[in-house]
Amino acid sequence: MPIALAIATAIGLLSALLGDGIWDGLSWLLLVCPLLGVVYCFKAARAVRQLPRQNHRRPRS
Amino acid sequence: MISAASIRRWCWIHKWTSLVCTIFLLMLCVTGLPLIFHEEIDHAFSKFEKPADLPADTPWANLDRIVEAAKAAAPGQVVHLVYSEDKEPDHLYVSLGDSPAAPLDKDTGVIVDSRTTHVLGKQKYGEGGVMDVFLKLHVEMFAGLPGKLFLGVMGGLFVIATISGVVLYAPFMRERSYGVVRRDRSTRLKWLDLHNLLGVSVALWIGVVGFTGVLNTWADLLLKVWQFNELGAMTASYKGQPPVTHLASLEQAVATARQHEPNMQFAFVAYPGTAFSSPHHYTIFMRGDKPFTARLVKPVLIDAQTGAFTDKRDMPWYIVALLVSQPLHFGDYGGLPLKILWALFDVVAIVVLCSGIYLWWKRRNLAPEIDLVVTDAGSTPNAVGLEGRLS
Repeated sequence: MPIALAIATAIGLLSALLGDGIWDGLSWLLLVCPLLGVVYCFKAARAVRQLPRQNHRRPRS
Repeated sequence: MISAASIRRWCWIHKWTSLVCTIFLLMLCVTGLPLIFHEEIDHAFSKFEKPADLPADTPWANLDRIVEAAKAAAPGQVVHLVYSEDKEPDHLYVSLGDSPAAPLDKDTGVIVDSRTTHVLGKQKYGEGGVMDVFLKLHVEMFAGLPGKLFLGVMGGLFVIATISGVVLYAPFMRERSYGVVRRDRSTRLKWLDLHNLLGVSVALWIGVVGFTGVLNTWADLLLKVWQFNELGAMTASYKGQPPVTHLASLEQAVATARQHEPNMQFAFVAYPGTAFSSPHHYTIFMRGDKPFTARLVKPVLIDAQTGAFTDKRDMPWYIVALLVSQPLHFGDYGGLPLKILWALFDVVAIVVLCSGIYLWWKRRNLAPEIDLVVTDAGSTPNAVGLEGRLS
């Protein structure tokens, strides 16, 4: 996944540089991907807070 | 799989490069945020007159008259530069200083309606209010070239920190897949995962903006190299000649440059004796008309006394690299949506920086918890003690 996001970022950064119009649009679409990844990770971190905290301190093995 | 020893080395690199540069990087991210939208902000708060409402294809007035109008608005000053921005062809900017060699950043800028020669306003550089403060902080921290180069070093450390962070992502995440956050054990562990995940998500953007920022800190030096080598070679036959006594017509000079580069547009002209020119020439910088080539300028030298064509040459690779790197730093090459994306990336970068400081700080104060993490460290032998190592 991180590699896919890096590729999306790279093509997104370059496409707007090399063209206008549709290339700008492609750039916006691709650069949104890593930011969606960020939102997804925040959601993953947040989801648990609403649940009761169980086993938050695991016994040392 | 990288060995435990090299993971330890990368951890050390990540920790120390980050610690040294983070505070400056936070300043750069915060001041950079409004600068992304400087065009929009400048327009919204502009105290200058609007240009006359004329059809879009109205030609420019005679450049000599435009320069006369600007000089009248800044009496006693000499012209350094005349430039246009491709997004607003109805404006021409004339930059004037006390003497030809006076530094450009002390100039007065006069804005002229390019079709009517009406002066729309003038402003001394650095007196544009809070945005200029942000810009000065962001570029040089009010410390001139040394400040700029210092920030370049900090940027270089930041690029190394980014690379080392990416290298460490895989060993730190172990077999956990992307998006999995250990949120139920401790706040520190949750933020460690978030730091890793957010960091790796925007790593390439951070790396590109960081690296191009570093390149920009060398702009002054690269310009000096260009002036010394390329410009020196182009104007070698003028060495030792008496200074220019009478300036030829700028309108004619630009027309001559256009004849020599018929497929290019006028970008800006540097007057004789300024940093972008020789003592004997108008250096007229032409730019391409495609999205990519519009960034690249080509100097055409016109004898400032006679108005005759002297030479033209493509910019050397290091200036091309600088010119191409600038939009990748500013994010100003894909309309307002790209700027908004730039701002969001910038905010994520701030979160990554702050979480990095938090993780380092927590690690210092919470040693027992780290013991727990270390003893609990997954099945990969290389990963044992990893979380504890990064402190």
